[in-house]
Amino acid sequence: MKRQISRLQVRDVSLYFGGVTALSEVTLDVYEGEILAIIGPNGAGKTSLLNCISGLYRPQQGHITFVDNNGRHHELTRLRPYQIAQLGIARTFQNIELFRHMTVLDNLMLGRHVHMKGNLLSCGLYWGRQQAEEIAHRERVEEIIDFLEIEHIRRQVVSTLPYGLQKRVELGRALALEPDILLLDEPMAGMNVEEKEDMARFILDINEERGVTVVLIEHDMGVVMDISDRVVALDFGRVIAEGPPDEIRSNELVIQAYLGDESLMAFV
Amino acid sequence: MECGVYFTTYKDDMALRRKPLEKLRLALFAALVVIFPFIASPYWLNLANQIALATIGAIGLNILVGYTGQISLGQGAFMAVGAYGAGVLTARLGIPFWLSIPIAALITAAVGVLFGLPSLRLKGLYLAIATLAAQEIVEWTVVHWTSLTGGVEAMVIPAPRILNMRLNTDFRFYWIAVGMAALTALFTANLFRSRVGRAFVAIRDQDIAAEVIGVNVYLYKLLAFGTSSFFVGLSGALLAHYRTIISWERFTLETSIVYLAMIIIGGLGSIQGSFFGAAFMTLLPAFINTAGRALQSTFPAIATVLPAVQQSIFGAIIIFFLIVEPEGLAKLWRDIKNYFYVWPFSY
Repeated sequence: MKRQISRLQVRDVSLYFGGVTALSEVTLDVYEGEILAIIGPNGAGKTSLLNCISGLYRPQQGHITFVDNNGRHHELTRLRPYQIAQLGIARTFQNIELFRHMTVLDNLMLGRHVHMKGNLLSCGLYWGRQQAEEIAHRERVEEIIDFLEIEHIRRQVVSTLPYGLQKRVELGRALALEPDILLLDEPMAGMNVEEKEDMARFILDINEERGVTVVLIEHDMGVVMDISDRVVALDFGRVIAEGPPDEIRSNELVIQAYLGDESLMAFV
Repeated sequence: MECGVYFTTYKDDMALRRKPLEKLRLALFAALVVIFPFIASPYWLNLANQIALATIGAIGLNILVGYTGQISLGQGAFMAVGAYGAGVLTARLGIPFWLSIPIAALITAAVGVLFGLPSLRLKGLYLAIATLAAQEIVEWTVVHWTSLTGGVEAMVIPAPRILNMRLNTDFRFYWIAVGMAALTALFTANLFRSRVGRAFVAIRDQDIAAEVIGVNVYLYKLLAFGTSSFFVGLSGALLAHYRTIISWERFTLETSIVYLAMIIIGGLGSIQGSFFGAAFMTLLPAFINTAGRALQSTFPAIATVLPAVQQSIFGAIIIFFLIVEPEGLAKLWRDIKNYFYVWPFSY
């Protein structure tokens, strides 16, 4: 078990859309250095929870606190998404949300946006310090391109790329932000086995070598059981179980809610 | 033709013109621009000046519409602010013309930010209607604030001069117009290869993802409105000093539409496209006019129907180009370059 320093504290978070309850008193912790998987059937509120953390939804009730590297606490429910990104929380989306008409390089350079200082005037002049800044950050982006093995497509426009590569570029964009916490919304959806294995390897490397805490939504139980340190199961907006993968695998409530029938677990 | 070009530094790889052929093309174009006024007739010089000023305005509009994805029908209004700003500053306040131009552009930028506020809540066609309101408000103000603008009467401003040299001839003004157009193009090109411009494009492509990756979308939308309006105001201010007579009729909704047509025909999100569009929309009516007059002398009978026919031909040619290349003349130019990229081999 890794050291138990809570970096993200979700407390009693409830989110409603009119009469529909998306999240109901969700409480969980994300510990430093772990890979936390969030599972649950469709409509359980997994993506809603991620949207609350990254500031796209504002829960009607509850608190989400992020602890930064200096131990300062930040209340995320009061911040705008871009401010949350500046704190060091990056994410990917279930349906790829890349900047479709931009090149892979430019997409990744946008991941560096919060680390750069250029303003309107310095960018327009592109002289001296601004040029040096662009080059310095280009070097960081190239490291990520190397890491994700996408050198051959760096100048391609992302809308022309196949699905699996787009997923990888989106991971790269989030990674370029050098986040403390990386939120991944179904990073392996719609991939074949080989692509899934690649993606799992990238996620493990990001977690182990770069020390990034990962929160991951995933439907592929095999992947979840293999790579996550801890699993949280949601159903109808509630946390129904939490624990190491082996425990979740045999948890009665999870089996009922998510996997339907115990006999199905044989295939996992 | 240019295989085997490799870069060893990021600086070279990130240059505006990366390849030898690109540099050569730019040098040739620059040379042509410098030689042009010495060999061109006044008629052509006049057209060149119009194209240069329209290019500045089109780049300005393209920053907002093509690059940042915020549709604007307020182009005419912002040009009016620039033109009347420059006019009032020189004719009423006696500020020298070279100072009045940047001040007028800055005023326009401020007005642009103000009318950009609805963009924080509105997108697409709804935003277009909100900017239409800007157009109407400014037009109404210009016509009715008689003490400042002269109302429906044309406003006359003194000819621009530097050190007692009058600059209102086509030849002399050419250098100002072309110089400012070149600076505008350079600034914009730099902008969109670095941090702020990338954020603009990100807002166009996926505003939610832009916000989540750390772009303050509200701030950058207003910044885009301000930057765009600055150049549109610059175009208006230069136009005022070039014509030395300003009339509100030059800055109506029709102007806004013509500029939108310019950047759509030229190419959205492209600086070259802005220039192509400006040239196209300036030269085409001129050509049709010339051709019409030539026909008229041979067939006097068509004189009465000619104006109507000219407009129709103008419209038809625009439709033709949009169908042939919906992504604009800039795309056509790219295709030509790509064809010659591996020339004389087929791939």
